[in-house]
Amino acid sequence: MRIRVNGNSIEVQEGTSLAAALENAGLTLFRRSVKGEPRGPLCGMGICFECRVAVDGVAHTKACQVQVRDGMEVICG
Amino acid sequence: MRALVVGGGIVGAACARTLARDGFSTTLLEKQVVGGGATAAGMGHIVVMDDSEPQFALTKYSRDLWDSLVPELPPEVEFERRGTLWVAADEEEFSFVAPKVAWYGARGVRAEVLDAQAISGAEPMLRPGLAGGFVVNEDSVIYAPCAAAWLARGVERRVGVRISEVGDGWLRMSDGDKMEADLVVVAGGAESVALFPQLKMKPRKGHLLITDRYPGAVHHQLVELGYLKSAHGHSTESVAFNIQPRKTGQLLIGSSRQYGQTSSALEQHMVRKMLQRAVEYLPGLAEMSVIRGWTGFRAATEDKLPVIGYLPGHTKTLLATGHEGLGITTSLATGEIVADLALGRVSGIDRSPFAVERMWSE
Repeated sequence: MRIRVNGNSIEVQEGTSLAAALENAGLTLFRRSVKGEPRGPLCGMGICFECRVAVDGVAHTKACQVQVRDGMEVICG
Repeated sequence: MRALVVGGGIVGAACARTLARDGFSTTLLEKQVVGGGATAAGMGHIVVMDDSEPQFALTKYSRDLWDSLVPELPPEVEFERRGTLWVAADEEEFSFVAPKVAWYGARGVRAEVLDAQAISGAEPMLRPGLAGGFVVNEDSVIYAPCAAAWLARGVERRVGVRISEVGDGWLRMSDGDKMEADLVVVAGGAESVALFPQLKMKPRKGHLLITDRYPGAVHHQLVELGYLKSAHGHSTESVAFNIQPRKTGQLLIGSSRQYGQTSSALEQHMVRKMLQRAVEYLPGLAEMSVIRGWTGFRAATEDKLPVIGYLPGHTKTLLATGHEGLGITTSLATGEIVADLALGRVSGIDRSPFAVERMWSE
């Protein structure tokens, strides 16, 4: 299936978490800290909050806690 | 000349600063942390308020003092001139707006009426159908704990000490030690009643919530026109819409008031009422992520004005408390008035409305 990340279409495997799909696609910058430093997944299990991205218009969605869906719109950074 | 200031919240810090500035060898005494207590629990809103002429005089005088400090404030104080946007839910509330703007204008405070279209343009997140409101452009927002710490910088302090008794020009610590001074200022906030049971003042619990970061969602401090009904009313429990955007893009969600509570635990029914009120004005809040909540206790006098003056029958001990929800705003003016009282100077405003006697039962 395909999802869009920052406007770019990428191929992802069904059953993958969004965090894994983004990392598989070579993306490491999920969000920025208050001071602008790059952040990405740490715990992979929903408790560190570092993997948050906007998914289908909803900000602060934990990428490690959602599975990819066909046509999903993701904004990182 | 020696001064002791009891209480390291923003009011105590402001008093310690002016006393040290005006020549007193000053020591600040604080039980927990400078900038703690209600100072750390509230919104750092610098706002002029029109509930009464003395309240207006005090808030205006103090807001001007904050403005003169702006060039010196360090970044961690997070000063932002957001302006306060007072929101009228319906035509009845909106009918008060033009007279208020005129009232403020006559007293040198810039304010602008916003009709239904203008208020929507100013704050797109507000629900459609509001009647309008007005903006007080020069009101501001700060991060109060850092402001208090900055005001008290350079002042000698003893932290982790408790005061068990206060007399005229002396105090006793809980370890039994007595300290004497030419001047004692008690800025202990809600807990001051433990030292002075005669003081007609009660703790008034408040809740706040903070959201995750949503930069650009809200621009001004947003307050409903009904806020004063909550703040200046006497009911046991009330909520009022009051939202503050922070530099990080987080939103502080308030406000709540309760008498008679002693526990600082979050109360679900109050959080629910407060959020329901907030969502009535900002429907989009319902989709936002709230990350933390906490409570604090305001110091509320019976007549809603602070007590700033000598204790009845005392010549060396002053009280500076009872600021309810306006402690951040009026801290600087309180500091000036305390120093004026200590040195026998006339103050920048009439300080007689704040005399301790009126809130003292013998």
